[in-house]
Amino acid sequence: MSESEGYSAAAEVGAVRMRRSWRERAWIELKKAPFTAWLGLVIILAYIFVAIFAPWLAPYGEADAQFGAYEPWSAAHVFGTDQIGRDILSRLIYGARNTIGIALATTLLAFLIGGSLALLAAISRGWVDQVLSRAVDVLISIPSLIFALMLLSIYGSTTLSLIVIIAVLDSTRVFRLARAVAMNVVVMDYVEAARLRGEGLGWIMRREILPNIMPPLVAEFGLRFCFVFLTIAALSFLGVGIQPPTADWGSMVRENASLIQFAQFDIKAGITPLLPAAAIAILTIAVNFVVDWFLMKTSGLRDEH
Amino acid sequence: MSTEGNRAELLLAMRGVRIDGFADERWHEIIKGVDLTLHKGEVMGLIGESGAGKSTLGLAAMGFARPGCRISGGEIVFDGIDLMRASERQKQRLRGSRIAYVAQSAAAAFNPAHTLLDQTLEATVRHGLRSREEAERDARALYAAMDLPDPDTIGDRFPHQVSGGQLQRAMTAMAMASRPDLIIFDEPTTALDVTTQVNVLAAIRKAVKEFDTAAIYITHDLAVVAQMADRIKVLRYGEEVEEAPTGEMLSNPRHPYTRSLWAVRSIRKPGETSADRVLEIDRVTAAYGTVDVLHNISIGLPRGKTVALVGESGSGKSTAARVVTGLLPPRRGEVRFDGVALPADLKGRTKEQKRRIQMIYQMADTAMNPRQTVREIIGRPIAFYHGLRGREVERRVERLLEQIELDGSFADRLPGELSGGQKQRICIARALAAEPEVIICDEVTSALDQIVQEGILKLLMRLQKDHGLSYIFITHDIATVEAIADEVVVMLQGRVVEQGLKEEIFAPPHPEYTELLLSSVPEMEAGWLERAIARGEGGRVLDRLAEGDRERPSPR
Amino acid sequence: MHPVVSIVLQRLALGLMTLFFVSVIIFMAIEMLPGDFTQAVLGQAATEETVAAFRRELGLDQPAYIRYVQWVGGVVQGDFGTSFSGRASSGVDRSREVVDLIAPRLANTLFLAGITAVIAVPLALALGITAALWRGSLYDRAVNATTLSTISMPEFFVAYVLILFLGSLYPVFPSLANVSAETPFWERLYRCALPALTLTLVIVAHMMRMTRAAIINLLASPYIEMARLKGLSATRVILFHALPNAWAPIVNVIAFNLAYLIVGVVVVEVVFVYPGIGQLMVDAVTTRDIPVVQACALIFAATYILLNLLADIISIVTNPRLLHPR
Repeated sequence: MSESEGYSAAAEVGAVRMRRSWRERAWIELKKAPFTAWLGLVIILAYIFVAIFAPWLAPYGEADAQFGAYEPWSAAHVFGTDQIGRDILSRLIYGARNTIGIALATTLLAFLIGGSLALLAAISRGWVDQVLSRAVDVLISIPSLIFALMLLSIYGSTTLSLIVIIAVLDSTRVFRLARAVAMNVVVMDYVEAARLRGEGLGWIMRREILPNIMPPLVAEFGLRFCFVFLTIAALSFLGVGIQPPTADWGSMVRENASLIQFAQFDIKAGITPLLPAAAIAILTIAVNFVVDWFLMKTSGLRDEH
Repeated sequence: MSTEGNRAELLLAMRGVRIDGFADERWHEIIKGVDLTLHKGEVMGLIGESGAGKSTLGLAAMGFARPGCRISGGEIVFDGIDLMRASERQKQRLRGSRIAYVAQSAAAAFNPAHTLLDQTLEATVRHGLRSREEAERDARALYAAMDLPDPDTIGDRFPHQVSGGQLQRAMTAMAMASRPDLIIFDEPTTALDVTTQVNVLAAIRKAVKEFDTAAIYITHDLAVVAQMADRIKVLRYGEEVEEAPTGEMLSNPRHPYTRSLWAVRSIRKPGETSADRVLEIDRVTAAYGTVDVLHNISIGLPRGKTVALVGESGSGKSTAARVVTGLLPPRRGEVRFDGVALPADLKGRTKEQKRRIQMIYQMADTAMNPRQTVREIIGRPIAFYHGLRGREVERRVERLLEQIELDGSFADRLPGELSGGQKQRICIARALAAEPEVIICDEVTSALDQIVQEGILKLLMRLQKDHGLSYIFITHDIATVEAIADEVVVMLQGRVVEQGLKEEIFAPPHPEYTELLLSSVPEMEAGWLERAIARGEGGRVLDRLAEGDRERPSPR
Repeated sequence: MHPVVSIVLQRLALGLMTLFFVSVIIFMAIEMLPGDFTQAVLGQAATEETVAAFRRELGLDQPAYIRYVQWVGGVVQGDFGTSFSGRASSGVDRSREVVDLIAPRLANTLFLAGITAVIAVPLALALGITAALWRGSLYDRAVNATTLSTISMPEFFVAYVLILFLGSLYPVFPSLANVSAETPFWERLYRCALPALTLTLVIVAHMMRMTRAAIINLLASPYIEMARLKGLSATRVILFHALPNAWAPIVNVIAFNLAYLIVGVVVVEVVFVYPGIGQLMVDAVTTRDIPVVQACALIFAATYILLNLLADIISIVTNPRLLHPR
C-alpha cells in the first residue's frame, strides 16, 4: 500500500471540530438559540433585577398600609391598593424578592441534601445505597404537598420551617435523579481506570464524576426550582406558607381574590388578583423554556424529559 | 439453477441516488449519487466501514428512508415500478411480499409481544398471498430448511425464548415466507459469535440459492461478503469506490481503499516465546456472586511478548483480566508478578504494583473522561505515579504524543474532538505514561475500522519493541490474533481449552472446540463456506449443545 | 408458581410495606408536637385536671407502639379518633368524630376527581398519541407549546382565569362550587364545571406530554421499523405491533396523573370553596387539628400508593417477557 493512501493519525482529523474557549462556545450557542430560550433568559434576568433592586424600584414600602382599602388603579397606585390599603405594585415588587428568594434557598438546600446523599450512595453502593434508596422510596410515596401540609401543621408556618420542610421533601426527587445519573457515570471505564490507577475517593468524586453529572443536574435544578416555587406559592395561597405581612405572590392572590367578582363593573379590579398569579406563571414558563433548550443542547434528547 | 438469460433480466435499477440526513439543524448528504443495478437471482455485496451509508442505501432499495432521512434525488426502479413516484400504498404492497428485509439485530427486530410464527406469516397473510393454514405449513417447512431445532413447534415460542443465532435464522425464514424477488440483508451476522455465524450464513446461502432470490448483502466483513455475493460494491463516505465480480475484486482490487479493507490480514508476525514469565495466573477460580465464571485457569505471560486470550462471549476472557487487575479477587489461586504473589484485592496493592500493570479498554469513548483535555488525561498518571509537576509533565506529555504519532496540538483537545483511532491512541499514551511492564488490552481494536485497526496494532507492536512491554491481548477476532500474538490461549466457558505458541495452536491437530472456532472464521477464498458446511456437521452438534450457554451476554 | 404471580405478590408485599412505613410516619406527627400542645388545644385557662384527662384520652400515658397499634386498629375499622376542635378549657367537649367530618367530604372529592378523570384521561391519551404520530407537524408543535405553558402555571392561576371569564365577565358557570348532600346530580355537575375544567386543563397538559414521549420512544423500536418494512398498514402497525407493548408506559402515565390529581384537588377546592377533603385538610392545618390532618394525609397517601401499585401490577401482567418465561 502506498504511504499516501495509508493510515496516518493526523490525516484522520477530517471531521473534527476546532476547540473554542468556554465563553466563545456559550456565545455561539446563544446566538443559535431559539426565540423561546431568548425570551426565557430575558424574563429571568428581569425578575432577578427586580428582586435585587426592589427597595429602589418600589414606590412605597412593603407593608405600608396607610392608604384606603381597595383603591382603584390610578397614577398614585398603578395597580390600586389591597384589602388593608397597601400599594399592590410595591407588594408585587417586594414579592419578587421574597418569593424567588425563598424558593431559591429551598432548592439549593434540597440539592445540597439530595445531591450529596446521592453521590454517597452511588459511590459506596452496598447497604448504604440500599438504606438510602429504600428510605427515599417511602418518603416519595407521599404526595409532597400533602406531606408539607402535615408537617407545617406540626411545626407551624414560619419561613424557616417552610424552607427546611420543602427542601427535605424535594431532596428525595433530587436524590433519585442524581443517583441515577451518577450510577451511569460510575460504571464508565474511565472511573474504573481511575480506581485501577489508585486514585482516592475524593479525587474520583471531584474530578471524574461531578463534572460529568453537572449538565443534567443543572437542568434538574431549573425544573426543581419551578416545582418548589409552585409548591410554596400553593402553600402561601392556602394560607399556610409565607405569612403576612411579608409580601408574597401566593398570599397576594388569596388576599385579593374577592376582587374578581367585580370584573363586570371594573375589569381592572377583576384583573388585579391575577397579577401576582401571572407573575408566578411567567417566571416558571420562562425557566421551562430555558431548561427545554438547555436539555436539547446538552443531551440531544428533546422528547425524553 | 439460473441461466445466463435469466441473469440478464433486470430487477432493480438505482441511478444517482442521493439521500440526506438531518443533523445539527440542517440537512447533510449521506448518499452522494450512487448507482446500483441488480439482476434476478443475483447477490450483490455492499461493503464499507461505519458511516459509509450502506444501510441507508439498502433501505432506499425498498423506497424507504428512516425518520430523519429523506431520499432527495435519483431514480429507484424495481421491476419496472418507479419507487420514487409510487404512492405509499403501492410501496406497502411491494414490501413484505416482493422485497423483504432482514435486520441486524433479530432480538430487537422481532416484536416481543407476538410468537415467531405469527410474525413469520404476518406479511404473507396480510398481503393475501396465502391462507393462514398454508402459510403456517410453509413457515414450518422454512424453519426446517433453516436448520432450526424443533421446526414444528419453535414457531409457538416468543422471541426472548429463542437464542440469538436461532432468531436470526427465523428472521431469514420470515423474509423468505413470501418468496420475495429481493431480500435486503442488513449485517445479519454482525452481532453473533463466529461459531454461530457459520450456521446463519449457511442458512442464508441455502435459502437464497434454493429459491433463486436476488439479494443485497450489507456487511463490513469482506470475508463474509466474499462467501455470499456474486458481485461486490465498495462504499465510502456515501460514494461508490468500486464495483466488481467477487473473484476479481478479491484477486485484483483496483482501488487502494478496497485493499485497506483487509489491512489487518496483511500483518503477520512470527510467534516467539521465552521462559522468563513476567506474570503468572496460577490455578485461578473466580466467581460473580456464587456462580463460578473461571474454573482453575493457569496462564503465563512471557516477558516482552504477547499472549492472546481468545474466546467467544461468555468465555471468561475479560473476567481473567479483572482478576489480574485486582478488580475481582479470585476465590482460589493467585496472580504472581515477577514471581511474587500480588495481593488479590486492588485495595491491598501498592502504588508501585498498580503502576506496573496498566489497562486499555475496548471503547475508547467511555475510557476517557469527556470533560478532561488530552493533557489532563495523559498528564495525570505522570503526576500521580512519578510525582512530576508543571513543565516536566508538559514535556513528558509532548513526548508521549510523539510516540503515538500525534502532534503537540492535540494536548488541548477534549475526547469529543478526536476520531475513533485517535481516542484509542490517547488511551495507549495514558497507559504508557505510567511506564508499566504489563498492559492488558481488552478488545482494543474491535470497535474500529480495519485500516485504523492496522495502525493501532502496528503502534502496539512498535511500542512493545521499544519499551519491552508484555501484553495480555483479549480478543474474539482470529485475524487480530494472527497479526499480533506470540502465544495463544483458547478459552471456552471459563476454562482453558488449549494454550501454546501461536504456530502450534493454529496448526492441526486441534481439540474439538479450537477446530470449530478456527474453521468458523470466514476466509476470503471462494468455496470456504461450502467446505465449512460440509465439515460443519460435527461442529454443529457441539454448537447446539453449547449455544444456550455461549450466547448469554458476558457478565461484565 | 408462575413467575408473574410471584412478581406481583412481591410487588404487593412491597406496597404494603410502604403503606406501613407511611402510616408510621403519619402517626409520628403527634409525637413530634411540642409538649405543651394540649395547652394550646384547650386554651391557656385549662385546669390541670382537664389537661390530664385530655392526655389520658389521647393515650399519651402509654408507650408509642401501643398507641400506634390502637390507632391503626381504629383506622382499619373506620375510626380515626376525635377532632381537637370544639374542646374548651373548661373540659366541655363538643368535638366530633373525625370520620363524621371526613365521610361526606370524601364523597365530594371523589366525585370531582372522578368526573375530571373521565374527561381528562381519554382526552390526554388522544392528544398525546396523535401528537406522537404526527410528530413535528404544526399540530404537534402547537399542542406542545400550549401544554408546556400550561404545566408551568399554578393551578390557582388557571382557576382564577376561568373564573374571570366564565364566572364573572360572562357568567356561564357559578364561580363558587357549593354543593351539599341534597344537591341533585345534574345540578352538582353544573356547579362543579369550573373546578373540573381547571383540573382537566392541568392534568391533560402533564399527561399528554408524557404520553407523547412514551409513544415516540416506542415507535423508535426496531420492531416497529420491521413491521413497516413488511408493508403493513399504519393501522396494523399501531394496533398489532405498538399497542401490545404500550400498556405499561400508558398505564404508568395515567396512574401518575391520577395521583397528581390528588394534589391539584387541594388547591382547586380552596379556590372554589368546594366542600371536599382537601379544603378540610387545609382548615385543619390552619387550626392545627392534628387528628383530622392525620386522617386526611393517610387517605391521600394511601390513594397515591395504591394507584402506583396498580400501575406497577398492570405493567407486570402485560409484559410479554414475564408472561411467557423461558
